[in-house]
Amino acid sequence: MGYPHKPHAKETALLSKHFGDPDARTYKGWAKRGGYEAWKQAQTMAPAAITDVVKESGLRGRGGAGFPTGLKWSFMPKEKKKPHYLCVNADESEPGTFKDREIMRWTPHALLEGTLIAMRAIQAEVGYIYIRGEFTEPYAIMEQALAEATKAGVLGGHKIHLHRGAGAYICGEETAMMNSIEGKRGNPRIKPPFPAAFGVFGMPTTINNVETLAAVPHILRQGAAWYKAMSLSNPKSTGTKLFSVCGHVRLPGNYEVTMGFPLKDLLHELCGGMRPGRTLKACIPGGSSVPILNREESEGCLLDYEGCVEKGTMLGSGGVIVFDDSADMVYQIMRLARFYAHESCAQCTQCREGTAWTTKILERILAGQGKMADLDLLLDLSDNMTGKTICVLSDSCAAPVVSGIKKFRTEFEDYIAGRKQPVMVA
Amino acid sequence: MPDELINLTIDDVPVSVPQGTLVIEAAKQAGVLVPHYCYHPGLAVAGVCRMCLVEVEKAPKLQIACATTVAEGMVVRTQSEQAKQARMGVLELLLINHPLDCPICDQAGECELQDFVFQEGRPGTRYAEYSKRFNPVEDFGPDVLYVPNRCILCTRCVRFMEDLAGEPVINVSERGDRAYIGIHPNARLDHPWAGNVVDLCPVGSLLSKDFLHKARAWELDKTASICTGCSQGCNVTLDTRENVVVRVRPRPNLQVNRYFICDHGRLNYRWMNRGDRIEAPLVRRHATDWDEALSRAATVLRGAGGKAVALVSPRTSTEALFLARRLLARFEWTGAFQVVMGDEAPLPGVPDLALRAERAPNARGAELLGYSRDYAAALETSRTAAVVLVIDEPDAAIETAGTLLYLGTVLPESAHGAEVVLPIANVAEEDGTYVNRDGRVQRYFQAKPAPGMARPAWWVLSELLAQVDGAEHCASAAEAFDALAGSTDAFQGLSYAGLGAAGQGITAKAGARA
Repeated sequence: MGYPHKPHAKETALLSKHFGDPDARTYKGWAKRGGYEAWKQAQTMAPAAITDVVKESGLRGRGGAGFPTGLKWSFMPKEKKKPHYLCVNADESEPGTFKDREIMRWTPHALLEGTLIAMRAIQAEVGYIYIRGEFTEPYAIMEQALAEATKAGVLGGHKIHLHRGAGAYICGEETAMMNSIEGKRGNPRIKPPFPAAFGVFGMPTTINNVETLAAVPHILRQGAAWYKAMSLSNPKSTGTKLFSVCGHVRLPGNYEVTMGFPLKDLLHELCGGMRPGRTLKACIPGGSSVPILNREESEGCLLDYEGCVEKGTMLGSGGVIVFDDSADMVYQIMRLARFYAHESCAQCTQCREGTAWTTKILERILAGQGKMADLDLLLDLSDNMTGKTICVLSDSCAAPVVSGIKKFRTEFEDYIAGRKQPVMVA
Repeated sequence: MPDELINLTIDDVPVSVPQGTLVIEAAKQAGVLVPHYCYHPGLAVAGVCRMCLVEVEKAPKLQIACATTVAEGMVVRTQSEQAKQARMGVLELLLINHPLDCPICDQAGECELQDFVFQEGRPGTRYAEYSKRFNPVEDFGPDVLYVPNRCILCTRCVRFMEDLAGEPVINVSERGDRAYIGIHPNARLDHPWAGNVVDLCPVGSLLSKDFLHKARAWELDKTASICTGCSQGCNVTLDTRENVVVRVRPRPNLQVNRYFICDHGRLNYRWMNRGDRIEAPLVRRHATDWDEALSRAATVLRGAGGKAVALVSPRTSTEALFLARRLLARFEWTGAFQVVMGDEAPLPGVPDLALRAERAPNARGAELLGYSRDYAAALETSRTAAVVLVIDEPDAAIETAGTLLYLGTVLPESAHGAEVVLPIANVAEEDGTYVNRDGRVQRYFQAKPAPGMARPAWWVLSELLAQVDGAEHCASAAEAFDALAGSTDAFQGLSYAGLGAAGQGITAKAGARA
């Protein structure tokens, strides 16, 4: 169900099938809908066998990086010498992304079930679900669901903790999250060591996104081949993906489609197209951290990992931010840069200073005090901020700036040349 | 042999290093200093300043030399265009919020930001017309001021306090470019080893109140020395300006103090600059020259017999202690020293490193040479001794029927009755050695001239020996030490030259040193 909208015929509702149905939230309701069947099945399987099924399904991480999930699980030590941990990334703080929130709101048991299966696959006895601090309602729902599942005895000796974030974007970065869980400041760690060797509390750890884990029970129940067959374009991108669409469309919301679905159809059909009299100008397909697409690129983009890369962007988290022709791209990009400047953890020089400087330059351009040289400076600065830091927050700030200047340069030049009314930036 | 060596090239220089070595350390062996800020060999790797980015062949992007371990066949380029551009970028970013107040900054001249910007920074900034981050100066602790505007957030201070001092009272507060080093509202940076954060700070952000505005770095002369604060024997550098000791800083010695010294030792130098020094020899309180004074003392020693007592400061050089004992060899000899005791203050993160309770740098050396800790008994013996020789021990309430010979830096009340007073140099004014509590013999070097006619104690005693016994006199501390090593079992196999700047353990034998 295409909550909060009516389902669209072109959607493939797998994870979102029960969105909007409060009965599915409860343990009883979930069990009635086939809940925890996959978990029962998993308990009869060897951990390596579960990993193999997920590997075979082609499932890739839905948090942003798109790393093959089964492969990630297989990095965990086979012979268990220390406690293993699973961390579930429910921090979902990427601007434009709100899919995990809906999974937790409507199908909390789907996440718990996927979590339990993953824990068995990686031989973890303890799991942490790290929930974004602002998600008060999803947290309460998850808490309730966990209590019910515990009471029903489905955890099978596994321990799951819900851990609330405190509002930092960076805690969605997996190594920062582990620090945060440990009670430390949420600073990303240098890699190596990788989490599978030295993760939370220094123990082998796997971190998976909510949507990734919610897909796992379906894969177990219906088989890897079935899941793998769900692919409209590139066979390396399989299954369904939730897209959180926001911005200038008539029907913003979460939409679940099969991998390889055309972005054009998502925007113009599922989301009802632009507002009356407006045309599509730009689109960020994978959350605020990925390069911006112009109209032509957007309308030719197929929504899977490879399709997005082909257009010079990334599938990311699937947070689709849509801009119509009324959007001021300079202002929008400044807002994104300001977000990153605010959220930089302050460890790496390029990020700490670069995100703030980028913001200042953009604010100055908006105020009508920019110089043409500022554009080259922004590009050079962005180059300095790309690929040189511990995590990719700095790169994420640079991505929209670089693609924005490349694709919408005249809008910047209009401010600088005084052809456009300066904007007071609060 | 340890593990197999790994071969790699750094800027076309082949090096072989043990497995697990960091590229930044391997580079030192190739004679390459990779510019860096957050990395410090004595601290955990943070990898945050991103200054040490280097090109590693086959790596998809630049790597930080401080967190990359060497691999067989690795090809590292620190001077590739890409690496230089990246570092130039970091320097520009570090400077956008850094005040260019070098003319009034204590760190100027020994500032790593200044150095690397000069070496490879941009000629000008592009951060034009924006204001810089401002935060007022904060008083962190007894000897530490924090100037946040100069801070580049390398986190060395935070890691030191957390990992080594075990007192995590400071942190990185706030995020993004608003970040600064914060201190717990109810805490002070007053750990006994806290002063090290000033040395660790690569810029002028953490300042020593003691050294504030005392000197510019380029006015300082630096001399290797040994801390006299306790029996740990931390290696230090005495910084002098115009022959005045103005600062004591740690000198790295991985065997003793790694990169650190405690605050007690750091601030224990003012006495080296005392103005009330004895500047001329005295015979019965009348100033005279060395010839008369030495000849008078020699006459006393030649004419006396029976018991002799040496009361010595545990700050006396090993050489002087040895010569004093030799000088009194013809007597029924007693030697003793007294030790001031204080609280022990360890640096928890470094094994076997502490401000020791025994505030005596050469107590072990004195013991090895036969001096006793039973000071009271020696004082008692003094009453009936023919000769009492004192070396710079001002607290001695000496009563003797014999003759008092006093070698000292200053003239205490107790020395007023001395037959002869011979002015000697203090630790900053002579060469010599101390033996620390672990039996490590370490050299200290002369940092400034002794006042007036004062001479090193080893010289004075050697002259006396020559006059009394016709012994060959020593021309240097080295000769005195080598004579000591040649005749004292505990020091066998050691040589002054062989001690080097890092010292050697008394158990080391000649063969093992090669």
